[in-house]
Amino acid sequence: MQDHHHTLSILVDNEAGVLARVIGLFSARGYNIESLTVSEIDPVSNMSRITVVTTGNEKVITQIQQQIVRLVPVHSVVDLSLGTASVEREMALVKVAGVGQKRVEALRLAEAFRAHTVDAAVDSFIFEITGRTEKVTQFINLMKPLGLVEASRTGIAATSRGSEAVHTE
Amino acid sequence: MSMKATGAEIILLALKDQGVDTLFGYPGGAVLPIYDAIYQQNHINHYLVRHEQGATHAAEGYARSTGKVGCVLVTSGPGATNAITGIADALLDSIPMVVITGQVGTPLIGTDAFQEADIVGITRSCTKHNYLVRNVEDLERTLHEAFYIASSGRPGPVVVDIPKDVQFAEYVYTGEIVKSHKTYRPITDGAADQIAEAINLIKNAKKPIFYTGGGVINSGPEASKLLQELVELTGAPVTSTLMGLGAYPASGDKWLNMLGMHGSYEANMAMHDCDVMICVGARFDDRITGRVDAFAPFSKKIHIDIDPSSIGKIIPVDVPIIGDVKSVLADMIKLWKDGNCSQGQPSLDAWFKDINSWRARRSFDYNKTDDVIAPQYAVERLYELTKDKNTYITTEVGQHQMWAAQHYKFEEPNRWMTSGGLGTMGYGLPAAIGVQVAHPDALVVDIAGEGSIQMCMQEMSTAMQFGLPIKIFILNNERLGMVRQWQQLLHGERYSSTYSESLPDFVKMAEAFGCLGLQVSDPAKLDETILEMIDYNGPVLVDVLVEKNANCLPMIPSGAVHNEMILEDVLADTEVSDAGKRLV
Ligand SMILES: Cc1ncc(C[n+]2csc(CCOP(=O)(O)OP(=O)(O)O)c2C)c(N)n1
Ligand SMILES: [Mg+2]
Repeated sequence: MQDHHHTLSILVDNEAGVLARVIGLFSARGYNIESLTVSEIDPVSNMSRITVVTTGNEKVITQIQQQIVRLVPVHSVVDLSLGTASVEREMALVKVAGVGQKRVEALRLAEAFRAHTVDAAVDSFIFEITGRTEKVTQFINLMKPLGLVEASRTGIAATSRGSEAVHTE
Repeated sequence: MSMKATGAEIILLALKDQGVDTLFGYPGGAVLPIYDAIYQQNHINHYLVRHEQGATHAAEGYARSTGKVGCVLVTSGPGATNAITGIADALLDSIPMVVITGQVGTPLIGTDAFQEADIVGITRSCTKHNYLVRNVEDLERTLHEAFYIASSGRPGPVVVDIPKDVQFAEYVYTGEIVKSHKTYRPITDGAADQIAEAINLIKNAKKPIFYTGGGVINSGPEASKLLQELVELTGAPVTSTLMGLGAYPASGDKWLNMLGMHGSYEANMAMHDCDVMICVGARFDDRITGRVDAFAPFSKKIHIDIDPSSIGKIIPVDVPIIGDVKSVLADMIKLWKDGNCSQGQPSLDAWFKDINSWRARRSFDYNKTDDVIAPQYAVERLYELTKDKNTYITTEVGQHQMWAAQHYKFEEPNRWMTSGGLGTMGYGLPAAIGVQVAHPDALVVDIAGEGSIQMCMQEMSTAMQFGLPIKIFILNNERLGMVRQWQQLLHGERYSSTYSESLPDFVKMAEAFGCLGLQVSDPAKLDETILEMIDYNGPVLVDVLVEKNANCLPMIPSGAVHNEMILEDVLADTEVSDAGKRLV
């Protein structure tokens, strides 16, 4: 069995400590987290969605899902890497400082990557880039020789293609 | 019913409505309001232990011997941290338990206040669930929910951390008991198609075996009866984990004894050779499987478990059945009978011929001498002299525990309390106290080691205070025997820190607590000593001086396969692979 990336969408009750329970489970059982996003999705029903990217073979991923579902405040877990295709996006704010030729080149690349310039000073830019993780990584790498100061990435948000909700109950 | 009450009163009302009449605990600043409320009522008996670890193990013993939820009350900070071992123990052995911990007042939380500890944080990974109740409005619901979660599905410990100001605050108590939950919904009925598939496998099996575990006990006495019925219907032999002993009677002709690391030759060989394995409420623990890639290599595996995460965790199975053991077994029995499955079944004669040849190896046999008491002999005599009484056995952890499991024969569920998953030395004495509280007229014996007993021996004082006539039966080998055995096997006989030095005079120690202390070293005097222990109306400690260097056999060394058991005492010559040495 081969290791693959899996994107898990976890629907939880938005109660105190719920994130600690989920990520504590990953560390306690030795599963790795490559990306993590969490946010409230519905204040009325008081639910949050946690999106985790992890790696493992089929058996490990099944076990991770079963362990997560066992947590009391968890509604459901869906492996978005299975079945119908999913859409995954990540956003990053990338700060680049420089003048002259490097500055021009940074701006040119940002346009090519459809990044927005959200802040500009005479010697720096902040670009907002959205896309698949690889695209974001590639953009950040290209900025390194051009004066990359830092990048702040959001982690992955994901959903399934088509008309159905990911979590149906 | 709806009435105004303080948080502390709400706690006692909720406990009462949950049918709780017994609480094991220890007071302190952060639970003063609750202790005050206890003082002013008379439906809940509080047993004051001498260390909070004792309270948790007592609650475990109480729970395991009754099927009810064990309840604990401790103060914040050190009170709660002392309780952690028992909470972790209850998680690994799936024991229903509710632990109420006091917490510093909500305005002080997070300020490193006196006796503050982040108990919800600390216990997150050793509880089934836990709560910090910040508002008195949430208190009643949380407590009822805690009982529901602790006792339903796969049982386990639930911690409810209650700040002191919440204990003082007033709110209405309604008495509405929760029996459902928005997100927590355990599955109890097995899927019909999988049950049918299981029956199909069993009825065509030539070498079937039941491998049963603590889940059968947790499912209630009815589950044990159903197991016996299904075993009789199918004619298949049955073995059990340490935690499942008593679900199928040891006197039954299909009984293969316990399996696993110190299990019987017949059980492990049958597990290795079987063609259909029916795992009922067990979880393929590493003490059971040995080397996983060579575990029961010729078998189709059926796994019945209420916890979906147990299925496929260690060993891939062919027919997973998620559900409560008693419900699934009842369905299986019905299907077997309706389908007249006994009719076309292949003969199991050849299988039992194999089994009988393995049984003939008599793998639990040991050397008996006239001058020194063999530890196995001590357990055997204890069994013979107590089997006709209303007896419950608890143990500590070590060789004595395994000898107890091998040589004490259990006919019923809920009679055997031991720390299986966590392997907690110090469990047995407080657990015996919990059992005795639940069964005041029973004979409760803690089969102990001289090492383990020193971990919670302060609880003898609890036994005295509450008139609990527990019996502590120490197999004293002056060694941390189980560890010494591993040093002999794996570490070139370098006995690092495994002699029990400066042992107390156990007889005097018992007397100092006000208990009866007895000592015996002569095999000829063993019986009379055991009888004296049984007859004494009060707590007794018996110091049985046994052979010092006996090894617990048979044994599957770590990393070995079931059919590579060590039977004879040639431990020092046994080769263990490097991979095996790294396992524990
Ligand atoms: C709390 C705790 N600490 C350490 C251990 C490791 N351990 C397992 S068995 C054992 C020796 C127990 O000695 P004793 O109670 O005398 O029993 P014996 O093996 O000699 O029968 C030890 C130290 C443990 N299981 N629990
Ligand atoms: Mg010992």
